[in-house]
Amino acid sequence: MATLEGRHRLHPLSALVRGWKVVVAFLAFAAQQGIERAGRGLDARHLLVLAGAGVTLSLLYGWASWVVTRYSVQDGHLRVDTGVLFRSSRRVRLDRLQAIDVLRPVLARALGLAELRLDVAGGRGSHVTLTYLSDSEALALRAELLALAAGLDADAGEAPERVLARVELGDLALAHLLCLDTLAGILAMLGLGVAAARIGGPGVVAALVSVALATLAPAARRFLSHYGFLVAESPDGLRVRHGLLETLAHTVPPGRVQAVAIVEPLLWRRLRGWCRVELNVAGHVGPGDGSQSVLLPVATRQVALDLLARALPGLDLAAIPLSAAPRRARWVDPVGQPVLAAGADERFLVTRHGRITRRTDIVAHERTQSVRLRQGWLQRRLGLATVHLDSTPGPVSPRVAHRDAGEAALIVASQAERARRARASALPERWMTARPQDGGTG
Amino acid sequence: MDEWFGRTGEQPDTWTPVSPRLAWLRRTVLLGLVAVSALPAAGILSGRATVLGWLVGLLAVAVLGIGWVLLGRNARSWAYAERADDLLVRHGVLYRRLVVVPYGRMQLVEVSAGPLHRWFDLATVQLHTAAASTDARIPGLRPVAAAVLRDRLAARGEARSAGL
Repeated sequence: MATLEGRHRLHPLSALVRGWKVVVAFLAFAAQQGIERAGRGLDARHLLVLAGAGVTLSLLYGWASWVVTRYSVQDGHLRVDTGVLFRSSRRVRLDRLQAIDVLRPVLARALGLAELRLDVAGGRGSHVTLTYLSDSEALALRAELLALAAGLDADAGEAPERVLARVELGDLALAHLLCLDTLAGILAMLGLGVAAARIGGPGVVAALVSVALATLAPAARRFLSHYGFLVAESPDGLRVRHGLLETLAHTVPPGRVQAVAIVEPLLWRRLRGWCRVELNVAGHVGPGDGSQSVLLPVATRQVALDLLARALPGLDLAAIPLSAAPRRARWVDPVGQPVLAAGADERFLVTRHGRITRRTDIVAHERTQSVRLRQGWLQRRLGLATVHLDSTPGPVSPRVAHRDAGEAALIVASQAERARRARASALPERWMTARPQDGGTG
Repeated sequence: MDEWFGRTGEQPDTWTPVSPRLAWLRRTVLLGLVAVSALPAAGILSGRATVLGWLVGLLAVAVLGIGWVLLGRNARSWAYAERADDLLVRHGVLYRRLVVVPYGRMQLVEVSAGPLHRWFDLATVQLHTAAASTDARIPGLRPVAAAVLRDRLAARGEARSAGL
């Protein structure tokens, strides 16, 4: 680790790990071309030279990018300078930090490297990544950044943690098996298997394989990603760790949870009484599978409720009475109407919807970004209206659907007032500095 | 419910309507679209079958007439109100929408004006929060009023800013 006025470099092996995809692509290209041309009696040596040049170039680029990339922590900011062709210099205000991830892809893990990712609420592409640091460096830097973001000294060290929930391997496997899409995939495969036994032929086998891949791959990917799921609590906030091949350690500081949802798919609810907990964190407009948006992949309702009470201090879901949507709402939502319900107390608003996959959305008043009231033509005829509570982008978008129009107007008026009051007594952004007198943490 | 959508000026919150020029802008666009689509059709058809040509013309006039009225009603429905702690924007006649944005939640205020808007001397003020779904847009403001509103909103946002 070269140091220049407190500026640090990434780990030297980064060049290799970052470049390996390019290397693989070149090798695959060379192999494919080699096979094609070999048939036409062309010399494969040219291709080898070409592939070698490609690999060398990509490694050179990786090395150059390593040379120009430096990071430093100075007066409450993390500064990252990078870019070979297009120079960039980013500064992240640590008091605006929304979450920190330590990500270890398979190859990086084998070499003892880790990627550090900082989420700030600047929308898509605003997160800052350091790829790669050595394991110990990544953890030390995470502790330092969290301490600074909390308003403590940089050398406050790693905060102690307490495990809140752990997902058993058997439960996780069964949960992914009990998803409707997985079951449909298995049924389709069984059907095709029977057909294959009757008819035979390579076409049916090919169909079988492609169906199996298409339907089971997402479930398998989720399973691998959620393997060994662990949720812990520390003064730094919630810590989530999971993953079998690629591991992710995710830290959400206190007061950064924007909204949560308890999701109960039909089979889970009926057969096991299970649910899943999802959450919105600002700046998490993350990659594809949305694994960072899952707070707990599967648990009994009681475990989920206990966890939520820690994630959103002061939340007592049982104490918030839900009132059902009026019966005439079935004209606009014939399937979902019996489930529609909503309620609020001084700090949280809770809504429930979804007949098959039941969702219970919870949002704290001070986290509401804006409130929208919408009334379509049919709703107006029926004297109904829907209130949306806008949260940051993520899986949870709470809405109080199809309420009596007068009540909806009342919700809008009171929600604005509640949000104003709740914001006044919210936790400060540097969460370890002075707390408000009435104790926002509960 | 109706207190949010009643006629401008009848409720405790003082709603400010947008400029009536917004309706004229949209009517101009409609006129252009109808002209571009109906005139050539009518021209081609009238050469051979006069009845069809007249029918197309009639249809164009009907679309224009109905659109004219609807666009007027819709433009009149746009209004905003600045309250002590939040901004309200409402619009829509058949499909009514209202958005409440607390000043402390605003991440940025944007004033924009396309070529057509500039021709009509109009501008749009848009508020962004950390939620992508916030749809707080006020079209059809006079540029000076828009700039003043933007500065006022930005100042209030600054005063009440509270992270996320």
